[in-house]
Amino acid sequence: MAVTAPVVGRPRRIAAVTPENLRRRYRRDRIMIGLLVLATAVVLIPLLIIVWYVVANGIGAVLTSDFFTQDLGSPARALQGRPTGLGHTILGTLVVDGLALLIAVPIGIGAGIMLSEYPDHPLNPVLRVLNDTLNGMPAILKGLLAFSLIVKPMGTFSGFAGAVALAFVMLPIVARATEGVLRIIPWSIREAGLALGLPRWRVVLNTVLPAARVGVVTGILIAFARAAGEAAPLLFTSFGNNFFSSTPLRYLVGPVDTLPARLYSLAISPYKEWHAMGWGAGVILLLLVIVTFVGTRIVTRQRHATDL
Amino acid sequence: METAMPPTTPDPAAPVTPKPQDAGQGAARAAVAADAAPRLITEGISVHYGKVIGVRDVSLTFRDKTVTALIGPSGCGKTTFLRSLNRMHDLTRGVKVSGKAVLDGTDIYANGVDPVTIRRRIGMVFQKPTPFPTMSIYDNVVAGLKLVGIRDRALLDEVAERSLRQAALWDEVKDRLKAPASGISGGQQQRLSIARALAVEAEVLLMDEPTSSLDPQSTMRIEELIQELKDTVTIIIVTHNMQQAARVSDYTAFFYEGDLIEVADTNTMFTNPREQRTNDYITGRFG
Repeated sequence: MAVTAPVVGRPRRIAAVTPENLRRRYRRDRIMIGLLVLATAVVLIPLLIIVWYVVANGIGAVLTSDFFTQDLGSPARALQGRPTGLGHTILGTLVVDGLALLIAVPIGIGAGIMLSEYPDHPLNPVLRVLNDTLNGMPAILKGLLAFSLIVKPMGTFSGFAGAVALAFVMLPIVARATEGVLRIIPWSIREAGLALGLPRWRVVLNTVLPAARVGVVTGILIAFARAAGEAAPLLFTSFGNNFFSSTPLRYLVGPVDTLPARLYSLAISPYKEWHAMGWGAGVILLLLVIVTFVGTRIVTRQRHATDL
Repeated sequence: METAMPPTTPDPAAPVTPKPQDAGQGAARAAVAADAAPRLITEGISVHYGKVIGVRDVSLTFRDKTVTALIGPSGCGKTTFLRSLNRMHDLTRGVKVSGKAVLDGTDIYANGVDPVTIRRRIGMVFQKPTPFPTMSIYDNVVAGLKLVGIRDRALLDEVAERSLRQAALWDEVKDRLKAPASGISGGQQQRLSIARALAVEAEVLLMDEPTSSLDPQSTMRIEELIQELKDTVTIIIVTHNMQQAARVSDYTAFFYEGDLIEVADTNTMFTNPREQRTNDYITGRFG
């Protein structure tokens, strides 16, 4: 039966609202939704498999206090059942990643401000090219850069060199995120500040940047999570260490163990006991990344009410 | 409406003194104002956007204790002219301002004059109220002081109260000075923006359609405020609302396609303008 339109005169059949046509469209709609769900599953399932697999294999090693308080030592220690763990690795990761943040964040935010707020500056195009190049550079090359800049002159592998390598990884991410979020802040805020007789840098620092707080913090957290998982740049900068360092300073000027690099060497070692600890290292890394991203979500949600 | 025959060629550089036959408030106000010292004098201000001329050779005198309204149809150059008065065009690429704007004897466009200091003496309020979103009401008012390094708490408190009282906002916010500025109403935000400019002791206040985005109630408050403020600051207000110009200003200047067509005391302007174009605009034949 044709559904007729409310028109004066000869009733017409409007194809779009016939029952068969409607049913066909609903069916197509359901198929599309089904495909979308399938696509989401295809993406999520490997993630869940990885998480499950790592946790299943590594949870045993992690749930001991030795894991966090002991250092690795020689293979003999693990083979003989003496206390061994990755306490020095976790500590080393925190030191190297923390130092990398300290280096990358101020420089990255500064670069982002320059790119967004001073488009007329002669250095602007140069900075943009440098930033984009650094962003696209493979992480191992960044490690090589830190090797030639820090390790060679210092004559030793060091936590500092590792931090610099990771800072090279973090920097373009922080700079791009900062620039992106600053561009979104409406021009009227800057105009109001400038009309008040405030110098430009004051306007940027005290009125624009605070409004962009959330985006900047998000960028930093994402950069941190990305760098925390990088093993390649650390292979020949911080290198690795089987022991706790003798003094706090040695974490900066001597070879330091980090989770991603240690995971690699434990995995390719011939010892079953070390394989188990490698899985444990994987669990800790996973935890680090998950906590970082959950932290990002918390920060963004809380600030939502006071955002523009 | 007939236009009167001008007794002399109009000289836009001086405020028009009221004709003897004018009666009433407008004439009285203008008569007082005509004796007031000139605060800001523009000579031959022209603004070019690349090849396009936005404002052509405008010379106007703005006196102490007066409110001058700039009226005209969209695109006539009134806002462009207003923004040239505090060197806001410095911030836009490709805009060239020529001519002089003399504030207390100093040409603000002279070599070596720092636009930052000029903008403290000539403040600006925009169409859309823009409180700094991450700051409290208190911090917003004193932003012009705090952000240049003035830390004396007692001084800041005093300035905040004075400015908020001058902007007729004190009573409404005195109990919540630390509340975020984005939480108050649009009309209150606009008064906050005015307080912010007053806090740095601006001598001239430029207002770019300040009540366009406000409801009638808030508009009325701001118009009353303008009358209260004119004893402290010289006010120049751009408005597309002719009734507002008639209510609020002592002098009115009519702009059309980049030129200053006519300037007169408001009473004369709206009852007996000299130029045909002014007459056409005011009676609504265009614009």
